[in-house]
Amino acid sequence: MRRPEALEIFQPASVKEACQIIRKNGPGGHFLAGGTDLVIAIKEKGLAPRYVVDLKRIPSLSGIGENPDGSLTIGALTTLREVEISPLIRKKYPFLAQSAAEVGSIQIRNRATIGGNMANATPSADVAPSLLVLDTKAKISCDGEERVVTLEDFFVGPGKTVMKQDEILTELIIPPTPAGLRGEYMKFSPREMMDLAYVGVAVALALETKTKKCQHVRIALGAVSPTPMRARKAEAILLNQVLAEEIAERAGEEASSECKPISDVRSSAEYRREMVRVNTKRALLNAGLGSEPISWLERRDKRY
Amino acid sequence: MAEGTAKAEDRQFIPISFTLNGTTQQTQVEPHELLIDVIRNRFGLTGTKRSCDVQVCGACTVLVDGRPMSSCTTLAFEARGHEVLTIEGLAKNGKLHPLQAAFIEHGGFQCGFCTPGMILAAKALLDQNPEPNREEIIHFMEGNICRCTGYKKILESIVAAAKILRSPGR
Ligand code: FES
Ligand code: FES
Repeated sequence: MRRPEALEIFQPASVKEACQIIRKNGPGGHFLAGGTDLVIAIKEKGLAPRYVVDLKRIPSLSGIGENPDGSLTIGALTTLREVEISPLIRKKYPFLAQSAAEVGSIQIRNRATIGGNMANATPSADVAPSLLVLDTKAKISCDGEERVVTLEDFFVGPGKTVMKQDEILTELIIPPTPAGLRGEYMKFSPREMMDLAYVGVAVALALETKTKKCQHVRIALGAVSPTPMRARKAEAILLNQVLAEEIAERAGEEASSECKPISDVRSSAEYRREMVRVNTKRALLNAGLGSEPISWLERRDKRY
Repeated sequence: MAEGTAKAEDRQFIPISFTLNGTTQQTQVEPHELLIDVIRNRFGLTGTKRSCDVQVCGACTVLVDGRPMSSCTTLAFEARGHEVLTIEGLAKNGKLHPLQAAFIEHGGFQCGFCTPGMILAAKALLDQNPEPNREEIIHFMEGNICRCTGYKKILESIVAAAKILRSPGR
């Protein structure tokens, strides 16, 4: 196995300083957050960074907090394990905690960060669909200037985001959500553990109290297009309708025709489409039941 | 800038101080050096095993501040200021940790290559969840692969150790 070759490391103490290092040193630099993707890219894919900018010494880039308006902020360096076990996230958005728990292994989740995971823009990233159904925004910073984009616009293609080379993702912001919002994330991968999603489906919806009609519907798909995507036509089918088996089936069909999967070593495009149909339907029906968060094994068994 | 780093010729060395199995260690590492190499080659602690080398098997698991991490993809300088525990640091005064004893008593290993990582991951689990059920053990341990035992005996060993660790008077 290839060992990393000599590289220069910078350890800035602020986001501003990190941007300046990149500007000064030019192309060939890489940010280091958790390191789970970077070191693998060096070892397995022959990546040879000219220099590395370690972000872990910048205070204020990690942690999960709730704001007075009910929005949540998740610092980019927050680990996936912290997302998985955060009491706040488990209470408000258990499906987001669940999707973090689906990533890799405990050894990986203890280091991998939510910001690094998003900045690498892997189409199959498990937390991406869950964040998309929560209308999450990404705060990007460079040299004292900040801009906020929706996470949906943040992703541009496989491994590509809207960020310029000297920009840093600093924070994910989940805006306030309707009361009673319920959601679900279904990871479909025939190997239960340590595998990427062949298809990932997240849904979120809120029901009108009296009529039980869906008032707020979000469906997002992972691993079936160049970027994690919203399935807006499928969402439209459910809006103002009462959730039931037949309409969930129709939404699944719509999501399946909206997505743009490719065939690769894991699965053919046709199979992915079919799994989008089935898993969208199941995710909707599970979310509709609105049951209490259940255990990992029960969730797994519900999938098949 | 680049606080705590110093350059000799055109090689960069980072002085680090960290705790290894309870003892404070000072050393210098190059930025690209991996934690597993420093642990094994510099400190001679070969209980940390390298198998897949790409963070999927768990053989190289060490605990950093009590959390399991793959030392094969952790850069050594990242250990600075942290507490690293390897399998060699588990026995106290010549007495095996209950997990080690349980793996022996319940046949939790055959070739033993996955065992240091298994035991450290299990320790992290029991430290935060003294009475895990079967599925919690499986979920927590899914990054530790064993090609010998079929896992049944490993599960039994962990359950047995958990019981001992919970027993009063410990
Ligand atoms: S050797 Fe590090 S996880 Fe396999
Ligand atoms: S005992 Fe041989 S790999 Fe687990």
